Formats: sequence, C-alpha cells, structure tokens
Amino acid sequence: MRWAELVMAIVMAIFSLYLMVKSAELPIGWITGEGPGGGAFPFWLAAGMLACCIWTIVSWFRKTNPFSRSDEPYMDKATLKLFLIGAGSLTAMVGLFHIIGVYATLPLFLIFYMRVLGGHSWTLTGAFAAITPVVTFLFFEITLNITLPKGYSEPLFYPLYDFFY
Amino acid sequence: MDIFNLLMDGFAVAFLPLNLMLIVLGCTVGLFIGAMPGLGSVNGVAIVLPMTFLVPPASAIIFLAALYYGAMYGGAISSIMLGIPGASTAVATVFDGRPMAMKGLADKALVGAATASFVGGTISVVLFTLFAPPLAEVALTFGAPEEFALMLLAFATFIGLGGDDISKTFFSIFIGLVFSAVGLDIVSGQPRLIFMDIPGFFHGINFLVLAIGIYGIGEMLWVMETSQGKVMVSQATVTVKRVMNSLREVVHAYKPMVMGSFLGYFVGILPAAGATPGSLMAYGVAKSIAKDPDSFGTGNLEGVVAPESANNAASTGSMLPMLTLGIPGSPTTAILLGGMVIWGLEPGPMLFVNHKEFVWGLIASLYAANLFALILNIAFIPAFIWVLKLPFTILAPIIFILCMIGGYAPTQDMHDVWLMLIFGVMAYLMRKLDYPMAPAVLAIVLGPLAEASLRQSLIISHGSFDIFFTRWASGTIAVIAIILLVLPVLKMLKTRLIDNNVSKKPG
Repeated sequence: MRWAELVMAIVMAIFSLYLMVKSAELPIGWITGEGPGGGAFPFWLAAGMLACCIWTIVSWFRKTNPFSRSDEPYMDKATLKLFLIGAGSLTAMVGLFHIIGVYATLPLFLIFYMRVLGGHSWTLTGAFAAITPVVTFLFFEITLNITLPKGYSEPLFYPLYDFFY
Repeated sequence: MDIFNLLMDGFAVAFLPLNLMLIVLGCTVGLFIGAMPGLGSVNGVAIVLPMTFLVPPASAIIFLAALYYGAMYGGAISSIMLGIPGASTAVATVFDGRPMAMKGLADKALVGAATASFVGGTISVVLFTLFAPPLAEVALTFGAPEEFALMLLAFATFIGLGGDDISKTFFSIFIGLVFSAVGLDIVSGQPRLIFMDIPGFFHGINFLVLAIGIYGIGEMLWVMETSQGKVMVSQATVTVKRVMNSLREVVHAYKPMVMGSFLGYFVGILPAAGATPGSLMAYGVAKSIAKDPDSFGTGNLEGVVAPESANNAASTGSMLPMLTLGIPGSPTTAILLGGMVIWGLEPGPMLFVNHKEFVWGLIASLYAANLFALILNIAFIPAFIWVLKLPFTILAPIIFILCMIGGYAPTQDMHDVWLMLIFGVMAYLMRKLDYPMAPAVLAIVLGPLAEASLRQSLIISHGSFDIFFTRWASGTIAVIAIILLVLPVLKMLKTRLIDNNVSKKPG
C-alpha cells in the first residue's frame, strides 16, 4: 500500500500538470467584456488537483496518512490474478468488438467466464452463450434501433436486416 | 387543496398502464439489484439508464425512480442473509440484521426491514409532497449566484461529511469537474481539453461513461476481489403465518421507524449527504433512545427498522433538491439528473412550472412504487435468496456485458466504451487507496451547470467574487458551504494539537 499511495499521487500529479497545460491552450485570464476565458475553469480546477496530489505526497513523507505507514501489499497474488482476469477479459472483449463484432464476442466472453472460470456445464454455458446475443440483437437493433459494432461479421447480418426492415 | 388536486392528476399519470407496468418492473429489478451484494441503487440506475431510451422520458424517469426505491428495499436482503451490505446504504442494517439471521430469525428481520422501508418511504413521500412546491417557488427567485452557491454547498457537504482523507475527496471533486469541461467551451465554442487530439473528445465526456465505469466496471472488479472467500447464506423459513406473526411484532417497533423516517428524510435533503449517513445516524439515535441499548448489535429488531426506514426516507429526501433546485442529494440522484438533462427535462424550479404533469406523475409514482416494493419484497423473499446463491461467474459476465453495451448505446461511439473501461480500471485502483468516487460522479453531472453559473455571476459582477456574499440567499448558502469546508480542517488541527499535547506529556 505504501508505495502504491506514492506512485498514484505522483501519476495523478503529472496528469494534473498535463490538464493544466491543455487548459491553457485557451485563455485562462479575464477577457474584457467576456468574463473569464474558456480555459480558466478547468485550469484552476486542475491546479486544485495538483495541490491535492502534493498534499498527499507531503502526508506520505510525514507519514500522517494511514497508507503511508501500511506494510500490506497493494495487491496480493490472488487479487492480482483476479484483477488481471477481470481487466484483461474486458479489454479483450472491447478489442474484439472492433474485429469480430459484438454478437460474436458475447458468446466467447460468456464461455470464458462460465465454462473456463466457473466450470459450469456446457448445457448451461451454451444456453447463455446462445440466448444473450439474440436478446441483445432484438432489444438494441430491432427495438431501440441502435446498431452495435459488428466488425468483419457485418455481411452475416445482411439477411437479418432484409428480414426485419 | 391545490397540492391535493395536483397529486390526483399525478396519480392519473402514474396509473397509466405503461407507467404502472414500469413501476412494477422497476421495483422488481431494483429489488434484485439491491439484493445482490455490492450492488445498490446507484449501480442499478447507472447500468440500466441506457436501456430506458425505449420508453418516453417521463416513463423512463418513473421506471428509474421505482428501481431506486426497489434497490433501497433490496439492500437489506443481503445485509441480513449474507452479512454483507447490499449497498453502502444498508451497512447499518447488518449490525442487528445479521445477528437476527444467525439466531434463525431471518424472516422477522426481512419483514421488519421491508415494513420499515415502507413506513420510511411513505412518510418521506408525504413530506416531499408538502415541501417540494414551496421550495420550488423560493428557488424560482434564484439567479446564477444562488445556483453556484448551492453547487458549492453540494461539494462542501462531501468534504464536511466525507472520510478522513480530505485531499482525496477534493481531488475527486476537481477531477470530475475538469472532465465535465472536456469538449467545447460553452461561451466561445472553441474546442477544449481534446486529449491527444482524439476526435471522440469533441462531444465531451458523457457522465454515463464515468458513472458506468465507476459503478459498473469498477464496482464489479471490487466485488470480485472482496468476494474471494465463500459467503454463507443464512436459512430463512418463510410461511404466511410466520410473516403475519413478524408483522405484529414489527408494529411495536413504530417509534424507531418514525424517528428513522424523519431523520433520514432531512439528512437526505442535504445535498450530497444521502442515505448512508442517514441510516447510520438513525441507528445511533435508535440505540441511544432504546430501553435496552445493550441488546443492539446482538439482534434487536429496532436496530434493523431504524436504519431501513431512514435509508428509504433519505432516498426520497435526496430527490427533493434534485427536482426543485437541480442539485442532486446523492450519487443516484446525480445520475437521474444527468438522465433528465439528456431527455430535455431540465431539473430545477422551472420543472414545476413547465412540466407539472411529469413532476406530479413522478411524485404519485413514488407512492405507488412504495406499495409495490413492499408487496414484491415480502412475496419474493425466496427468489432473492436464490439470487444471493447465484454464482459470481454467471452474474459478473452479464453485468459486464450490460455495462459495455449500455455505455455504447447513448453515443454509439466505441471511443466511449474504451474510456469507460479505463475509468472503471482506474476507479478500482484508486478506490483501493481510499479515493472516494461518488464526488467525481456528482461533479461531472454538475460541472457544466456550475461553470455556467460561475461565469454568468462573474460577468454580472465584473469579476468580483463579492456577488456570492452580498445577496442574502447566495450569501447564506455560501457561508454554510464555507463552514462545511473549514470544519474538517479545524477538526484535523484539533486532533494534531491533542496528539502533540499527548506526546509532550512524560511517560
């Protein structure tokens, strides 16, 4: 925890600086007749963020903050594994949205969680993997008229479009 | 009488077949979401909001409000059955609810919680009906300085009532406000904060992207970590006879219920205070006024009904400033407010003038939602227990999928989905270090309003900040906000002074 606290504060301080620089692309001072410039609001708020990070860093060195004294690991091995599975599977899912589309990705994602991680039966996993994309398609594409990304699987949907529209 | 007539008109709207169906559906979905450990009203509203584009705006808000209510009822279920709060608002319910379940009195605790939620909900909706119109009338006289002072108060409440690490609460508010400024400058129309010139930032950062990132993805990653160990679901025997017997006993605990309802309602009204502090305070007060305070914590029914009536009352209370002033009283109402803005139902006093039918329809729907939630809650107790036993490997992927597609739906831009994923992962990593996330969500919703009112006020005053103090209404609100902001600093100095004195004393 101890080092994570410091690293997070430093990373966020750098991010705050970046936000300040980015905000300053617009005027941050007073413009006669117009009031505060367009960059003023985010600039001073980003400055506030930076001040908070410095506050946290100072507390860390003075050891006045509970995390700065904590010897516990930020993530133990089991937690890290779970985090990597969670974040990794989500990243893979969003990435695959671009390539094979939502409807091909959803079954893969469900099979990964239910069969690989959960060890559920193929019947249950198969049922979820088959029903979820169908329900999603009917709800989003047909009812709400929201087209979800299909990537390279787009041509497969042409007959369906012909049928529904 | 006027209010009565308006309310009757409201019932006519709430009882339209579509709305009535949505109220029942909203309560049911809310109860299930609330019952799932770790997920509460805020997660439910954030994840489900994009799906509500199917129905007209007024019906969508009625549905979400019913979901909010249902989740408040449902939160108690996992507190009692698992000993894990269904949501932070149900933390206080664990103190006595869990010991009751361990003693085999789970059904009594569940019935008690449901009844208390009903009492809290009903009292608070009546108070809401009486308070909302006059408050909206006062708010009609408010100008930009008052609006900004109110927002300052909302943020100051987070600082004043927040956790120990003030710098992290401030940070969360600031980052939410900065994210709200991404896109186009409201005055000059120039592009602003377009990170790495990615075109997706031109339409700004949708509050839902942040809300689903934090409350959907971040929360599920958190639940994955915290539920590593196996949880034990208590047994509950539910028969009509036992439920009736429990109801008879619950009626005797009317005092803490009524106290919790009033306390919860007024704490809920405070901008950004919400149901969690309300229910904890109600528990504390119930214990101090009880005949046998020592039995609290060992399974006293009063310790269940007080926080449960308070958290439901607070959820209604937090809708009061949201609807009348346009300032949300809790993270959930912040998301509701964001939704209303998308639908063109700008919350604030003008809503009571321009959209009377909607406002009173919503208020009437709260009465109905309250009744339905009570009935559904007691009838479906076995179903909720089944949900609690649902393996995480089925629940997690479904919620993740809902988040991802829900995040894509409003703007239909994959940029938002990636952003949501980044926010979710960052929220999880920061939450581990006690960075509070609710202030950031409130800030991204209020940000555009706060910036507009600040800039307008400063233009009126030619750049002088005096304008916030020279008008009576904004002055009063601003002074309260400043007191709340200074309070934790004084508290910190006091602790340090005491520490120094202790360390100076020999031995």
